[in-house]
Amino acid sequence: MSSSPCSPPSECGTLDVLSGGTARASLLVGAASVVFVVCLTLGLTVGSRHFPPAEVWQALLGGADAEARAIVQDQRLPRTLIGIVGGAALAVAGVVIQGHTRNPLADPGLLGITAGSSLAVVVGIAVAGLTTPTGYLGAAFGGAALGTLVVVVIGLAASRRRDASPASLVLAGTAVSALLGAITGVILLLDSATLDLFRFWTVGSLSAGRGLDVFAAALVPLTVGGILACAHARALDVLALGDDLAAALGRRLLPTRLLGFAAVTLLVGGATVAIGALGFVGLVAPHLARRLVGVTHAMLLPASAMLGALLVVVADVIGRVIVHPAELPVGVVVAVIGAPALLVIIVRTRKASS
Amino acid sequence: MSSSTTLRIGPLSQQIHRRTVVVSALFLAGAVLLAGAGLALGDYTLSPGGVIAALRGEGSARDHLVVNVIRLPRVVLGVVAGVCLAVAGAIVQTTARNALASPDLLGVSAGAGAGAVAAIVLGGTNAAGAAALDVIGTPIAALIGGALAAALVGLLLGVTGTTGLSPLLAGVGVSALFGGLTSWMLTAASIDDAARANAWLAGSLGGRGWSEVAAVSVAAFAALAPLVVLSSRLPALELGPSIATSLGYRVVPSVAMLLLVAVVLTSVPVAAAGPIGFVALVAPHLARLACRTPRPPLVASGVAGAALLLASDLVARLALAPLLLPTGAVTAVIGAPFLIWLLVRSRKDLTQ
Amino acid sequence: MTTVFTVRDLVLRFGDRAVLNGIDLEIPSGQVTAIIGPNGCGKSTLLRSLSRLGPAVEGEVLLENTPIAAIPHRVFARHVALLPQAPLAPEQLSVIDLVTRGRDPHRRWYDQWSRVDEDVVLDALDRTGLRERANHPLHTLSGGQRQRAWIALALAQRTPVLLLDEPTTYLDIAHQLDVLDTVRRLHREGVTVVMVLHDLSLAARYADHIIAMRDGRIAAAGTVESVITRDVVRQVFDVECTILADPETGRPVVVPHSSA
Repeated sequence: MSSSPCSPPSECGTLDVLSGGTARASLLVGAASVVFVVCLTLGLTVGSRHFPPAEVWQALLGGADAEARAIVQDQRLPRTLIGIVGGAALAVAGVVIQGHTRNPLADPGLLGITAGSSLAVVVGIAVAGLTTPTGYLGAAFGGAALGTLVVVVIGLAASRRRDASPASLVLAGTAVSALLGAITGVILLLDSATLDLFRFWTVGSLSAGRGLDVFAAALVPLTVGGILACAHARALDVLALGDDLAAALGRRLLPTRLLGFAAVTLLVGGATVAIGALGFVGLVAPHLARRLVGVTHAMLLPASAMLGALLVVVADVIGRVIVHPAELPVGVVVAVIGAPALLVIIVRTRKASS
Repeated sequence: MSSSTTLRIGPLSQQIHRRTVVVSALFLAGAVLLAGAGLALGDYTLSPGGVIAALRGEGSARDHLVVNVIRLPRVVLGVVAGVCLAVAGAIVQTTARNALASPDLLGVSAGAGAGAVAAIVLGGTNAAGAAALDVIGTPIAALIGGALAAALVGLLLGVTGTTGLSPLLAGVGVSALFGGLTSWMLTAASIDDAARANAWLAGSLGGRGWSEVAAVSVAAFAALAPLVVLSSRLPALELGPSIATSLGYRVVPSVAMLLLVAVVLTSVPVAAAGPIGFVALVAPHLARLACRTPRPPLVASGVAGAALLLASDLVARLALAPLLLPTGAVTAVIGAPFLIWLLVRSRKDLTQ
Repeated sequence: MTTVFTVRDLVLRFGDRAVLNGIDLEIPSGQVTAIIGPNGCGKSTLLRSLSRLGPAVEGEVLLENTPIAAIPHRVFARHVALLPQAPLAPEQLSVIDLVTRGRDPHRRWYDQWSRVDEDVVLDALDRTGLRERANHPLHTLSGGQRQRAWIALALAQRTPVLLLDEPTTYLDIAHQLDVLDTVRRLHREGVTVVMVLHDLSLAARYADHIIAMRDGRIAAAGTVESVITRDVVRQVFDVECTILADPETGRPVVVPHSSA
């Protein structure tokens, strides 16, 4: 899908190209704002007690009744903001991994990176007694970095086979997730206090005591990760052509890989601290985004972020409503949406290649 | 012919692969030893003599309690589940001609788990009903769940084909789907059932009574019986559908029946022990590598599976004593690295 | 000359595409028949239809005057053996284990392994010259030897009819001759052979009866001299050629020039 208004490019003046870029940027900003408002609206109005938007606005400003204020300010606002940011982060991380591994099925959850991150947090809590969001973040980054490293190594080993296929990476990720999940489960068994408080680390949930302090703590690394991801957008475009061609076009592979590595670590680690181990967002959002805006990463990254945020907020709302008054964790809803989506993607990918 | 001999007894004659017989005997011996260890070792350890006495009905009341009531059902369940899972894995790997095609990786275990959880959660409100359900209803529900998952994977295989790693992608998706549904049911249910079901979902051989173990054993025998006839078709099916047809087999019904048996064999242990993964993948490979045959022999795989599961259960019970680990966690810790190793090997005979 | 296969009005579709468009032919018994034709003309499909491997058909195929659909599977397997294109077997399978499978149509599930079975397997290995390699795994054999192992499998079935689907593709010239010489030896022992071949000159050299196909129909059928002619080659393959005579065998050799 062409993003330049000039065709052929040689006939463009510099001003035209710039204005094309500016038009695209303003389109993105506009879309992002709309999506942000939609997410906020959904997250704040829908729930066990429905509030019309006017009342929400009042509650935010300090008016309305006390209960409304409590619900909106203390519960729904933090979790909606966290969901927006976490969903966007996981989606962007998915795009980056898919770009580096050239694997349309790569998703931080499927590949076991989120499992590694949450295991690291659980270990940190149970063994090192971490209690602050910053502490969690440190552990999460460590786990995400290790998980990404494992993916890289397995991906390299698998690509040396004559018959390397996207499936081998996903299957390895399944194995890694199973392994890490088992270890996490065992640790949670060892320390029942940890189990009760932090069960959500392994599933993905927006409830259970994550306040705005978590949001604030996670915001910095997530923003940095997002910037790093966007910084090598064009590198990702070139990588899609193959390592050899990318090198021939003058890209130095190692710096690009390191940039991707850092971006994924920050994004997945931050998202895990915020939401827990949430799978499928990094798979479904980029796929939808590709169908909407095409494969150029300059557009794909922001579009995926927006769709990821939307997906998580919508899933959270569904979880709050559907088994009222109980609550389904976001991870469960996303899995029930995401698993059939994965199947559809598998079928489509196979049909396209055969 | 150095690898096979013909056994002739009177008018009957049978071809046997010598190494397979030896390996199977060794695995069997190992399983017996592990079973004995499972009965003897623990927070209350008995001597071998004490175990035998308790089994015979002599010995102290405490010995009887520990061996016959607590540990023996666990050991028997381990044997039955290990044999079922391993044989199911051997069947699917041979029929699909794909060394990674294991029913637990293909989502059948996840489907069976969802079925069983549904039975636990739906039937859990009525106490009397709960007891009956545990014995009969849960295995049947597990079977239905496993069959549903297998049907879904079968539909997807129409698109992905059965060669290569692509069918396992379908398995990942189906596993995720039923896993999500299981989590859904767990969180939507009341606390009691969720706690019980959650503990069960980790996969464990313990805490089952004789009625449950007996029900599973009966079902297992019923599922294994057809293999006496069907297993003779496996060597021909291994050569592909064209050759198998040329040799006079009707491929589609044969494969369908074998896969049906495999689904039942996978789902039945899930009803009693929860979804224990990786045994169906690892045990056939162990058997195949030890016997040096191109396809996992059924009997050797079954015995290897029993030994593997008994060993895992022993580790689960003893490794972090007095804490009891879920057996499924131990098999995952063993099996997941094995799967990764399989994936990065560069043998192209792995998946045809 | 008796007929082993009679085909009448055979039509076979994949989806809405007719791969076989009305085939009428007779395969003579006791001879080597070669089916030739350009890619996609339906030769493999025809061969597989003779072996009951295709989808549902219109028209009929008779094995010695009995419709093949009416013959029970195992009985048919004792009459007709098929070697499909590019067969795959687990590489560590030994030659003798592969050939042993050929006895399946003669055995029931309780698996008696009689002395007859053993003798037939050894005999099949002798006739394909693989007796010394009986215990070697398949992947240690050369291409020609591996193909002969598959032929030994078909031989162990002890069928009077042998169908071979492109037995020489992917083999170099020495191995191609190796396989075809084995086929000729079998024919001398009375086996009826039907094979799909790509190479016209090899077909001319080794076959007694040739069927040329194009677009799912029979373009020409008959003796080697009557079918391997300039006109037929032009009609079937869109290629101009010169027909020479092989100095040793006297059979036609096709020398192509260019597309017509």
